[in-house]
Amino acid sequence: MINTMECAVDAQSLISISLRKIHNSRTQRGGIKLHKNLLVSYVLRNARQVYMNEKYAEIYRMQQYEEVMTVCNEIQELNPLDLAEDCEEQSGDCCGNDGVSEPASLCCALLPVSHLTAVQSAHIQAPSACSAPLSLQSDEVCKETEPSFYRSCCAEAYPVSNWDFSTVNNNLHCNKTTVLDLDTHVVTTVENGYLHQDCCASFQQCCQGAQSPAKKRKVDFEYYISDIEEVPDFTPCKRAKFEDCSYANSEHLDTSNISNLISIFGSGFSGLVSRQADFEQALNGQFCSKQALASLGAWTRAIVAF
Amino acid sequence: MMFDANTGGGSNDVQWCFSQVKGAIDDDVAEADIISTVEFNHSGELLATGDKGGRVVIFQQEIENKSQPQCRSEYNVYSTFQSHEPEFDYLKSLEIEEKINKIRWLPQKNAAQFLLSTNDKTIKLWKISERDKRPEGYNLKEEDGRYIDPNTVTALRVPVFRPMDLMVEASPRRVFANAHTYHINSISINSDHETYLSADDLRINLWHQEITDRSFNIVDIKPANMEELTEVITAAEFHPHQCNTFVYSSSKGTIRLCDMRASALCDTHSKLFEEPEDPSNRSFFSEIISSISDVKFSHNGRYMMTRDYLSVKIWDLNMESRPVETYQVHEYLRNKLCSLYENDCIFDKFECCWNGNDSVVMTGSYNNFFRMFDRGQRRDVTLEASREGSKPQQVLKPRKVCADGKRKKDEISVDSLDFNKKILHTAWHPQDNVIAVATTNNLYIFQDKVN
Repeated sequence: MINTMECAVDAQSLISISLRKIHNSRTQRGGIKLHKNLLVSYVLRNARQVYMNEKYAEIYRMQQYEEVMTVCNEIQELNPLDLAEDCEEQSGDCCGNDGVSEPASLCCALLPVSHLTAVQSAHIQAPSACSAPLSLQSDEVCKETEPSFYRSCCAEAYPVSNWDFSTVNNNLHCNKTTVLDLDTHVVTTVENGYLHQDCCASFQQCCQGAQSPAKKRKVDFEYYISDIEEVPDFTPCKRAKFEDCSYANSEHLDTSNISNLISIFGSGFSGLVSRQADFEQALNGQFCSKQALASLGAWTRAIVAF
Repeated sequence: MMFDANTGGGSNDVQWCFSQVKGAIDDDVAEADIISTVEFNHSGELLATGDKGGRVVIFQQEIENKSQPQCRSEYNVYSTFQSHEPEFDYLKSLEIEEKINKIRWLPQKNAAQFLLSTNDKTIKLWKISERDKRPEGYNLKEEDGRYIDPNTVTALRVPVFRPMDLMVEASPRRVFANAHTYHINSISINSDHETYLSADDLRINLWHQEITDRSFNIVDIKPANMEELTEVITAAEFHPHQCNTFVYSSSKGTIRLCDMRASALCDTHSKLFEEPEDPSNRSFFSEIISSISDVKFSHNGRYMMTRDYLSVKIWDLNMESRPVETYQVHEYLRNKLCSLYENDCIFDKFECCWNGNDSVVMTGSYNNFFRMFDRGQRRDVTLEASREGSKPQQVLKPRKVCADGKRKKDEISVDSLDFNKKILHTAWHPQDNVIAVATTNNLYIFQDKVN
């Protein structure tokens, strides 16, 4: 594991610096230095590794948090008597076209009254929160996911004992929490503060879908990460089939340059000495960096001197 | 301990004194004047330097002045010539730098001296010869070359050789070209005195000194698909005594020893020298700092020394698993690697050298510091090449770099180091305690204090 604490420079700035070095080497006197570029590509690979690990962890954490909030808010909204019916119905809408999650029928631990406003605001956020991960995906990917994908909430059980089960909202009599562990794909139900694992019939869809959504999610993260780096006015290219997405984070400064430079290497390091036309096209932002960054492992070590 | 208490050369016993400095004084360094290689010949009488402008300057040690035994004789300019010119490869649209990457002296066979000099693409064999006599007394020619009208000649004489002012001529005798696709980083002359090798990033070629139109490729590490490239060759050298043996180092920190008797192509090594990486030191820059920048056999042929960014390692040729000695050159730079990466200093290629009896090794550092490690006494010293310490016979004061914040008097803190002042090239006289240390554009000569 790379020790990232050695300096304050973060992985992304290292990527930026490295790409700049590679770019500058093309115009250096004496031709491209194979040795130096190879070493720079190693730094690039290492920085990318760290960057993606950090992003993955961050998104995973964010995902967990949002699911927690989502489920909690759902509990706020639902009439407990409608739980059984709404369960499957709602879950189908979760990942629907509108991107807004109708509160899924998953049970959640109840929130104390004092948190009601927070829940409400969180509820407002919840659709966006639920869809925030969605916004990082392409629509295409979103549609492919199992509906029950977003019914899961946090992987860790709540400290249910801290929660106040009697609330102003008479909806809140549910005392069950169902948890889907994304790593082990195990559905766990917390009842009255007691934890036991089950895979109840009403959530069967969830369980069955547990495998693929989790896997797909991991795959999607790679796409998320590359998305974050793109400029807001990204236009799709011919190579990748991803659609345009909006971005929560838009990195300014070198991002466009990074994207453009990364895109040069989209099909292997032969991009370093690709034709002038390709280079100009890249500068115009016609290329897509997602694929490039995703395939970084393949090309980082490929250097064509001549 | 490998050796006895050192017999002349130990950094502990020796007090190093300033002897000379060559080169421009002003701080504004012309790029062409940047010294790129330094090499003593086999007797130590001649010292050659190459620079970025493609020139070679040879200094000669004057015959020792017996009336002044307290100082060894000085090195004075012997010959200067333009070895390489900038070229342009029209096919690849690339400029070829004239910078001299390496100079290697051939063993002397006759009155003339021969050396090989190379830039990125072309190796040249130069003959350096003296002329101290010239024929005089021609019948049909004046001394200045004008022809004499035969009708005016009344008597004939035999021309004779008369002494003249010494003239040193350098003439290119062979040009070894078009054999390397990538940048040449090393040349090494074989102990058979007939062949030599040249190495670029991916290939090593074997030449005969007399034959320029062909060479044999003996190592080729170019992968079928360049996208799979993981390492390049960084240095190569022939064994000092075994004409069949050579080593080459890689950017991955490995050294391969090859035996040319085993097969025509030495892609498969006979020995692989590699030290496992310390996982606790893993960083973004692990690959860069483990890349070997220089490899040198000891004079006795039993050991070899490698230089990577932070350390010098001595390897026993009989043990491949790890070096027998490791010396930290500037460990205080380990947590500065980010900055050094940004300013490109992390790519600096430091060389290293042995003293005459292999008891001390030397290498350069930043701030015009250079380091000596006494293998026998397990001591090291840091010295500085600067004009401030440049009074004749002035003893060099050891320097110390302070890694933490508690700087003592006369110590220099890491943050004060000048990373533009780097000593990449050093050379040690084959017999005596005389060293040549190249700063950016100056050549310093130090010698031990003779009592």
